[in-house]
Amino acid sequence: MINYQTGNAQSVLFALHHLGLEARLVATPEEAQDVDRFILPGVGAADVTMASLRERGWTEHLQERVRGEGAPFLGVCVGLQVLFEHSREGDADCLGWLPGEVVEFRRGELRVPHMGWNAVRRTSSHPFATALPAAAHFYFVNSYHALPADEADVAGVTEYGAEFASVVARGNVMATQFHIDKSGPVGLALLSSFAELGADELRAAAATAC
Amino acid sequence: MLTTRVIACFDVKGGRVTKARRFQDNVDVGDAAEVARLMYADGVDEIVFYDITASPERRRADLETVRAVAHNVFVPLTVGGGVRDLEDMHAVLAAGAEKISIDSMAVRNPGLITAGSKEFGRQCMVLSMQVQRVGVSTAVPSGYEVFIDGARVATGMDALQWARRGEELGAGEIVVNSIDQDGTHAGYDLEITRAVADAVRVPVIASGGAGTPEHVAHAFRAGASAAIVSSMLYSPRLEQNYSVDDIKRSLSEDFGLPVRPTTEAASAH
Repeated sequence: MINYQTGNAQSVLFALHHLGLEARLVATPEEAQDVDRFILPGVGAADVTMASLRERGWTEHLQERVRGEGAPFLGVCVGLQVLFEHSREGDADCLGWLPGEVVEFRRGELRVPHMGWNAVRRTSSHPFATALPAAAHFYFVNSYHALPADEADVAGVTEYGAEFASVVARGNVMATQFHIDKSGPVGLALLSSFAELGADELRAAAATAC
Repeated sequence: MLTTRVIACFDVKGGRVTKARRFQDNVDVGDAAEVARLMYADGVDEIVFYDITASPERRRADLETVRAVAHNVFVPLTVGGGVRDLEDMHAVLAAGAEKISIDSMAVRNPGLITAGSKEFGRQCMVLSMQVQRVGVSTAVPSGYEVFIDGARVATGMDALQWARRGEELGAGEIVVNSIDQDGTHAGYDLEITRAVADAVRVPVIASGGAGTPEHVAHAFRAGASAAIVSSMLYSPRLEQNYSVDDIKRSLSEDFGLPVRPTTEAASAH
């Protein structure tokens, strides 16, 4: 669990421990040498999150471990948004692992933040997507959402005014816009799936995506 | 589709849930972590707890209890009481809360909402307001006045104006708690709930007075995004208590409102 200034790392950690999974908070890459899976939680703004990740040396480390070595990675909430090239929240350049950008919900027509339990519809055959229940609600809190440029990266969609990408997955990189740790038993089950997905399965998924 | 949210709320005093009637005359309900765990297992969408003696005792919310509750509950947890500055907010969030509710302190120091919103994001800051029907006047054009300190102290502030200002300051949600209806089990004050829901674009939470599933449905019809229930779930004072499932079934079947079915809340985890 990558622990930076404004993240909600603690509550995700409680969920992982509740599931009986071995997990701990890591504040710097030096503390994460023996880690084999990463979770990037997030509340707060994309620009603040990116600044915090850069300052602590996480951007290079994750590039090497996740992009280079293929360590499974799960982004949650803002942890999904920073995977894209750019976020309009604070005009932030982000990690750019997935093509696309992050935009704000249309204010005026909708109550913003989009807050509460909303349904997710599975849209890909990525192993993380197949772990989603056919019909279930997850807990969302977001004012911004991703617009992936590559449809193949969209693993689940949710309707709020229009459909938006609520789950993305490409190879070993997975992310949920909803708070997986606050989504009751269905969220915990999905979190558990992330922990159990095999590296081979994820490599196969990467090959299909390319 | 975004569903209606049913929020269980309880007042905590020394790690125990306590139930008051119109802010007085408390009775003991049970251990806070245990009550929260039962509410979670019952399929509630969200949990709010107020440490009711933190503010008068000039101390932080009871972090041990926050931690104990957060360990057993995997739906959003909001904590209120005793939050005076950013340091307090960091402590409450680090103990496992998802959101922070501020009430009297927001009236004393409105900059607190903005500071919290900048630090943690708007979604983290819940502005809770205690409102009472006082009649329309120049100072209070909506006819509802904001009260603080356990509803004992009048502020002279208009409820609608304060709601709009709270949104501008950075609140991500606004709780409208009716002092008149609180503890009556006769239904929410729909007039002020509707007026606030129309006046702001952030989600509005109805609070105070729910006694039946029908009352909860009426709050949503009035424009609330979420409704706080407490006594009707567990108060030993009421002849009839309702389960979360009773409430949601009625919302869905009798009123056609979208709900997160409690079947999704029951599983091995």
